[in-house]
Amino acid sequence: MIFHDEPVPGKMLPILEGHTSAGRLERVLRAGHFAVTSELAPPDSADPNDVFARAHVFDGFVDGMNATDGSGANCHMSSVGMCALLTRIGYAPIMQISCRDKNRIAIQGDVLGGAAMGVSNMLCLTGDGVQAGDHPQAKPVFDLDCMSLLETIRGMRDKGEFLSGRQISSPPKVFLGAASNPFAPPYDFRPHRLAKKIVAGAQFIQTNYCFDVPRFKEFMARSRDLGLLEKVFILPGVGPMASAKTATWIRNNVPGIHIPDAVIKRLAGASDQKREGQNLCVELIQQLREIEGVSGIHVMAYRQEESVADIIKRSGVLQGRTPWYPGRDQQHFAESTQK
Amino acid sequence: MYKTRLWAVRHARAFETLYNLLEKSLVKLHPIMAKIGYSRLEKPVAAMEQLCKGVLFDCQMCGQCALSATGMSCSMNCPKNLRNGPCGGVRQNGHCEVKPEMRCVWVEAWKGSQNMQDSQQIFAVQLPVNYAIKGRSAWLGKVKEIVQYQEPKSK
Repeated sequence: MIFHDEPVPGKMLPILEGHTSAGRLERVLRAGHFAVTSELAPPDSADPNDVFARAHVFDGFVDGMNATDGSGANCHMSSVGMCALLTRIGYAPIMQISCRDKNRIAIQGDVLGGAAMGVSNMLCLTGDGVQAGDHPQAKPVFDLDCMSLLETIRGMRDKGEFLSGRQISSPPKVFLGAASNPFAPPYDFRPHRLAKKIVAGAQFIQTNYCFDVPRFKEFMARSRDLGLLEKVFILPGVGPMASAKTATWIRNNVPGIHIPDAVIKRLAGASDQKREGQNLCVELIQQLREIEGVSGIHVMAYRQEESVADIIKRSGVLQGRTPWYPGRDQQHFAESTQK
Repeated sequence: MYKTRLWAVRHARAFETLYNLLEKSLVKLHPIMAKIGYSRLEKPVAAMEQLCKGVLFDCQMCGQCALSATGMSCSMNCPKNLRNGPCGGVRQNGHCEVKPEMRCVWVEAWKGSQNMQDSQQIFAVQLPVNYAIKGRSAWLGKVKEIVQYQEPKSK
């Protein structure tokens, strides 16, 4: 899809009617296209080219990239810093905000700063506990939780005021996201928690790794019964597992990730486990796409980012669409004049 | 204490009734308390509250009690201080991501809330915690709130 008003880095697109942000992700979703987002792992470096190189591998295959905020409670370049670099050249980052490291004063400041740089999408997270990461000695902040964070940013955007009630002269026009994990207990509360997030302001949802399709279907059916599917865009999370060993390690050590035995068995039985992990990911995307209420897919390919393009291509979900990337239209132009 | 806390959640319905009674009696006591002065009552009531709720619920004295919306499971015992439901890190056995030996505060809350008469309160979105009133009596705070709400009506 090509928009008639293509982005110029540093200049915001106009906000269309019924939209809350100027971002391309919201436009793609509201236009009814199947959206693709991916996780952009931040570098442990101060070199901007490390960020650009990591973003470049997704060119032409994603509508948004999650700039993670100390995911797994490990220290990396900040999500605000990554977004500053990405928006400079026109990328559409999804700025993750975790409640673990910052209080309400710092977070609201980052929201204004991010929006001013051209960040149109913000994902509100509680964040992993500090015990999960490389600095277990750190003081956990958790001043807000993901729900009150959503409400806070929605208030900044819609009411034009800080949590304190003080006025904001130019509110941040952002598309608000939240996470959901249908695969952790208490399972029957999860759809209700989704409902709360929607009430608090969530407009799109990205889920944790989805390997258990029947459980996800059940979650979606319950969410439909609660009338939630028309109110929110849901992008289930998927990702290739490099081997049965990796999958087992992730299952045992990363909080909140549920990988059924059948998946590990299948990986273990394959001659090329890495390839099998990618095949499985493609199959999962195709199965998830068919479920009512699924508006897109979120690919988390940690340390396998280069495989994302191939996985998306093979899954066929873009249906010939080429999401914008810096230089896309020059490329199209060059190709069309050659013909 | 951890065991008492779990016991209290199992009896969430009884505590709900008790709490409703307590609230009604405290509201009735308002004229007397107003005469003594709420500021004078603050310290002793807060100390009593800390003792009772500390034993029963491992209360952390956040000063804005939400027990009736959390199935009588104090959500300030969640290592992430979540006030609106369980995070995505809950283990498959229903235990906490941060403290593996502890049952998730919100798994308990969901169980407790479903035994209560008003099982819908858990669906309400809770506002950010006001850390300026941490350590103060939530009971007196609630009474003042109710009285303030009633007074303009009676005038």
